Amino acid sequence: MAVIDLANPTRFLTLVDRVLPWLAGVTALVFAYGLYRVLGAPDDYQQGATVKIMFLHVPAAWLGMMGWGVMTVAALGTLVWRHPLADVAGKTAAPIGAAFTFICLVTGSLWGRPTWGTYWVWDARLTSVLVLFLLYLGMLALYWAAEDPNRSARAAAILALVGAVNIPIIKFSVEWWNTLHQPASIMRAGGAAIDASILIPLLIMALAFTLLFFTLHFAAMRNEILRRRVRSMRIMQARSA
Amino acid sequence: MNLGPHADFIIASYAVTALVVAGLIAWIATDYSAQKRLLADLEQRGVTRRSRRGGGDTP
Repeated sequence: MAVIDLANPTRFLTLVDRVLPWLAGVTALVFAYGLYRVLGAPDDYQQGATVKIMFLHVPAAWLGMMGWGVMTVAALGTLVWRHPLADVAGKTAAPIGAAFTFICLVTGSLWGRPTWGTYWVWDARLTSVLVLFLLYLGMLALYWAAEDPNRSARAAAILALVGAVNIPIIKFSVEWWNTLHQPASIMRAGGAAIDASILIPLLIMALAFTLLFFTLHFAAMRNEILRRRVRSMRIMQARSA
Repeated sequence: MNLGPHADFIIASYAVTALVVAGLIAWIATDYSAQKRLLADLEQRGVTRRSRRGGGDTP
């Protein structure tokens, strides 16, 4: 099966039915191993055990941004090739990305209170992530308000492309502005600034979260394809009545 | 395992994450069952997709 064949919804459904149980199984295994490594990871010399929140917060932040990245690529597929599967991918990435961004905001707030002494500050990193969450909510409202998916697809694709501007702002906010949030400590010039005893469990958890994202995304895409089939069958039924 | 003086914050973080992820999984699983049921119901009533009749594939 060539990659281009996957653009066919029926072939995509066949592939998802085959792959999804394996993907879910691998995700569960990687999560189990990641959590085992998290339990064995040492406390931070400054933050103590609160560093354990990082194993959730950082992967959730990455996936919140990746979710919008998926929607941006899907938006190009919708606007350039007008492929319905691209809109399906974009629409179904929105609630999942929103959920991970919500986890990022809540865990960040719970980490901030014991570390910084406050749940929230309006600094550039925190505010730009909140803007990302609000963009996700706007995207969901746009999709859920439109009964015909073809009508919402184009508007949603444009919103995805406009919102993509926020992703580099989130990434570089800690360098461009003076923020309470710490600067990048993993993806930075000169390599990661975290000891391997904490970095390796973090990367395993990031892999587990990424696998979870794609497991949920493929399952949600399958649901959306079925939903559109139900809709078109109902329209045909109404026309023939 | 000793989570120190800020154990509540750590436990709350893991609890919120578990709840949100469980909610996502439950929502997607419920939606799948609902869509399969609706499709089966329509097919039982004799409604078929154009692609089934024509031999092509559409979403």
